Amino acid sequence: MINMIEDIFSKNPEFCKDSYTIYICGVGGQGIIKTSTIIGNGAINEEKNVVMSEVHGMSQRGGIVSTELKIGNYKSSLIEEFSSDMIIGFEPIEVVRNLNKANKDTKIIINTQPIIPSNISSQKNSYPDINEVIAILRENYNYVYPIDGSQLAKESGNILTLNMVLLGAATADETFPISKDNIIIAMQNNLKANFYDINAEAIEKGYEKVKSLQ
Amino acid sequence: MPLEDLLINKPKKKLFLLGNEAAVRGAIEAGVSIAATYPGTPSSEIGDVLHYLAKDANIYFEFSVNEKVAMEVAATAAVSGLRSFTFMKHVGLNVASDSFMTTAYNGVNGGMVILTADDPSMFSSQNEQDNRHYGRLAKIPILEPSNPQEIKDMMVYGFELSEKFKTPVIIRTSTRISHMRGIVELNEIKASNNINENIHWKKGFFKKNPKQWVPVPGNAAEMHKNLALKFENIKKINTKLNKIYSAPKATKNKNSKFKLGIVSSGSSFNYAYDTINKYDLGIDILKLGFTYPFPEKEVLNFIKDLDGVFIVEEVDPIVEKEILSIIGKNQLKISVFGKLNNVFPMIYEFNPDILLNSFKKFYKIAKKENEKVNGGKNNINDIYDEFSKEEININEYNQNTKLENTQLNNLIESLPNRHPTLCPGCPHRTSYFAVKKSIEELEISEDNVIFASDIGCYTLGISPPYQTADYLLSMGSSIGNGGGFSKATNQTVMSFIGDSTFFHSGISPLINCIHNKNKFVLTILDNRTTAMTGGQSNPGLNVDGMGDPAPEISIEKIAISLGIKFVKTINPLNLKKTIETYKEAIKYDGISVIIAKSPCILIKGLKKRKPMEIDYNKCNKCLECLKFLACPAISMKNDEIIIDSLSCKGCTTCRQMCKEKAIKIKR
Repeated sequence: MINMIEDIFSKNPEFCKDSYTIYICGVGGQGIIKTSTIIGNGAINEEKNVVMSEVHGMSQRGGIVSTELKIGNYKSSLIEEFSSDMIIGFEPIEVVRNLNKANKDTKIIINTQPIIPSNISSQKNSYPDINEVIAILRENYNYVYPIDGSQLAKESGNILTLNMVLLGAATADETFPISKDNIIIAMQNNLKANFYDINAEAIEKGYEKVKSLQ
Repeated sequence: MPLEDLLINKPKKKLFLLGNEAAVRGAIEAGVSIAATYPGTPSSEIGDVLHYLAKDANIYFEFSVNEKVAMEVAATAAVSGLRSFTFMKHVGLNVASDSFMTTAYNGVNGGMVILTADDPSMFSSQNEQDNRHYGRLAKIPILEPSNPQEIKDMMVYGFELSEKFKTPVIIRTSTRISHMRGIVELNEIKASNNINENIHWKKGFFKKNPKQWVPVPGNAAEMHKNLALKFENIKKINTKLNKIYSAPKATKNKNSKFKLGIVSSGSSFNYAYDTINKYDLGIDILKLGFTYPFPEKEVLNFIKDLDGVFIVEEVDPIVEKEILSIIGKNQLKISVFGKLNNVFPMIYEFNPDILLNSFKKFYKIAKKENEKVNGGKNNINDIYDEFSKEEININEYNQNTKLENTQLNNLIESLPNRHPTLCPGCPHRTSYFAVKKSIEELEISEDNVIFASDIGCYTLGISPPYQTADYLLSMGSSIGNGGGFSKATNQTVMSFIGDSTFFHSGISPLINCIHNKNKFVLTILDNRTTAMTGGQSNPGLNVDGMGDPAPEISIEKIAISLGIKFVKTINPLNLKKTIETYKEAIKYDGISVIIAKSPCILIKGLKKRKPMEIDYNKCNKCLECLKFLACPAISMKNDEIIIDSLSCKGCTTCRQMCKEKAIKIKR
């Protein structure tokens, strides 16, 4: 007997147990791959299975960079549409461009500092107003965490710690599957020792910021 | 993770590795002595890691001038009894194919693994050819890993297989496997021996035997016979690489009265596995890891009692056709659901959503068939027929689903795009600006100038405002195309090629063009690196693939020695001189060669130059710098031109082109 289509395609809770998917997007040079690798290493520290996909062909030339992390029983490293548990957006409009990965309960961590495309003057479309973008996101999604990551990075002592600010922000959400401590251990194993203090500071700043928004 | 971790000899240790890093670890565990490549994405990082680690791993590594030479270096190492590894992007194997084909005839002594990285959906390539065809063309076995762990393990297995059957072995990956990161459990590193104090890699010995190694026609006939015999033996091999992932008994075929199965390989397997398990569809999957020679017996065993089988593969329907042939040979009645009857898309890479949609479509049709009045009569052929009736809608492939919310959709559609561009300070920008300016000053219409482009960062000249890429085929094609256009038309022809691409496959066509009296302007954009793939060395530099000093080959001397009378090396960042040189070159009757020599700004350790700034007292807002340079450092803010001093690399092109002299060095 063939069941209803809806019945057939209901999710298997056993397979989906402990599943957590994170979509990370932004622009080349923002430290996205490094951040994603640290999350992956953090997952390994907690003995979780993790797979990750990277798209970075033209990253050094102002192109888009994105990664997809899947923690759980998965073999494929691509996240299904509308099913990211979290999006970490390093650049505001890149988050908007990838909203087909989000649903209303997706945790959206979004850096509010734009990177304007270089050929903007020859384009028909202009860069949208950030406040409006955030307002629209808030209207449609339940968990939007706008963060001036670039400012917090500067306060931590180096603009290049933007990625650690956003990583710290991610750990502040209670659904995030890896503890802040394990993220910090993974960070230590993946970044240069002489930047440890400011990176740890940046993680803390991002963490505190999201806590204050909750 | 520091890359040195790839060298640690700690079996069972787990690392989080990129597929390409896992390939290097596999080579190290297998005791590879010689490795060679020409960089190409998605396989580039293998070379980058070897460049860094080769000496510590007792491997000789080179960036060969092109993939064909890399293939030849690996082949000779293997016939000398060493384990050798060559790797390239899919189209790289086209370049290497002539020697590649004969390596199957000649065979090997030491193991030889050829890794080819396909690029479904063309993230960084000019096509999405399926290199599994190459194994069939050459009679070379193919292994297909699905994740970094399997890449590493199949590297080691590939060398054993290669030595056992004296044949090269192909490992076929795709972007999603090479650029996937996953947990890799390490195995032991085979101890290297025989290492001389002065040379860090093991040396082999070549034993002469022209009957085996020299395929003159008489020998080749015998060699082809031996290859066919060898191939029959490989077919008999028992392998653990093909494995059935059984659905739990409780769910088996729970959703259908038909017995169904899936045959899959590579990255497609991951999507199939996740879809079947996430939705508990109760379908067994046969995962093929050893895909050529095609494992007929195992596949037959898997499918023979099924009513229907899904074939999930990227990109061409190769396994599908193999299975149709097995079904035909054995006169089975099994419906095959694949690309040929529109169940899965015919082009582009797959993803979990595509698979989910295909399975939903299947069950919808199955349900409809089941509800027909004479329900007892229906069989799987009806579903097959329904699928086959549907028209293939290729335009729908690979499109993101639109959001249901209009407000969000409108916002997405109103976004500016973000295409990759030439970096701030890139010397190619200045060259292109000068070319356009010289054409304008000579009063030649743009329609009358053909720009033959090539493969590298400078292909980004395709975009406005430069629009200096009108035709492109492959690595080195700009020169042959330039020659061809100059014979086929009366238009002005200008070819652009990079330094690394010129060495790769620009020299022979240039000889051709001289001998055949072509007339065109050839620019060799010599930015002192192989920039597009991440900055690897090439023969024009004084350093080799392992970072050792090496003879630097002069492009200028090559051009002069070929008898070209117009050869000028310029610094393109000197704008006035560059424009003048181009005007001369365009007017020249014959081949004129301009070597635009200026280093890529991404090269580490370059001297920093001061950024530019606008002198607002002089700026008349003509916006020419913004419009004609499209430099990422120049933008408009509150109705004023601004130069971002963090991204400006001080190339001074804007300063030189500004008619109002309104751009100055920032103090």
